Amino acid sequence: MDDIVVKTVSRVVIPFALVYGCYVVFHGHLSPGGGFPGGAILAAAVVLYTLVYGLKRASAKVTHRVSSRLESGTLLVYIVIGAVGIIAGRTFLTNLSAGFPAGRAGSVVSGGMIPLISVAIGLKVGSTLVTLFHAMIHDDSEAS
Amino acid sequence: MKPNRPKAILIVLLGALFLLLVYGILEMPTAGNRNNPAHREIAQRYLRRAEQDTNAPNVVNSIITDYRALDTLGEAAVLFTATAAVLTVLTALKTGRRR
Repeated sequence: MDDIVVKTVSRVVIPFALVYGCYVVFHGHLSPGGGFPGGAILAAAVVLYTLVYGLKRASAKVTHRVSSRLESGTLLVYIVIGAVGIIAGRTFLTNLSAGFPAGRAGSVVSGGMIPLISVAIGLKVGSTLVTLFHAMIHDDSEAS
Repeated sequence: MKPNRPKAILIVLLGALFLLLVYGILEMPTAGNRNNPAHREIAQRYLRRAEQDTNAPNVVNSIITDYRALDTLGEAAVLFTATAAVLTVLTALKTGRRR
């Protein structure tokens, strides 16, 4: 899309969207939000970048290798976080009684494994959406 | 006859799994019964105890990532499966077109 207005506006909007996505992910246990919506916001920023600047520049920023590794790796991170509960002698995905620090209620580092899992889910959802979008748009641009 | 043997083994295994799962359903409390734990105490217990159990003010998130974290793991696995399926189909289409 070669439009000066769209390019300028998206250049202003995309950093704010990325920061807001990170905020929603990291404050998932404190305010409405969490991994799924935050990841969707992060992915929306990347999708906007792809739409405005084209797939070639976007896949130089977020390569297919990075997004697909992130996609599979965060699932493993989730399972490893769950396995900590087993190592601590509790059930799979145990939170505070497995030794995750409780922190001070209301601060970002609190709630034990909840922020960790939120970050994993956020990266997972974001990379899934970006991977699928790039794969589909790649297929489209080759077909035409 | 020989190539059909794996399929027969698979059918037997899947049938056994099916029977096992149906047996699991029979053990479940009847749907809609108002004495089920889900209708009686779980919701109130979560709302009452979530903050002291997880030390996080957002009860919704402490349910999906603590009490029901295994469900969320399943959701993440669904996302992974969706990506794998879509990428498989798209790659197959692409290589098919080149040929």
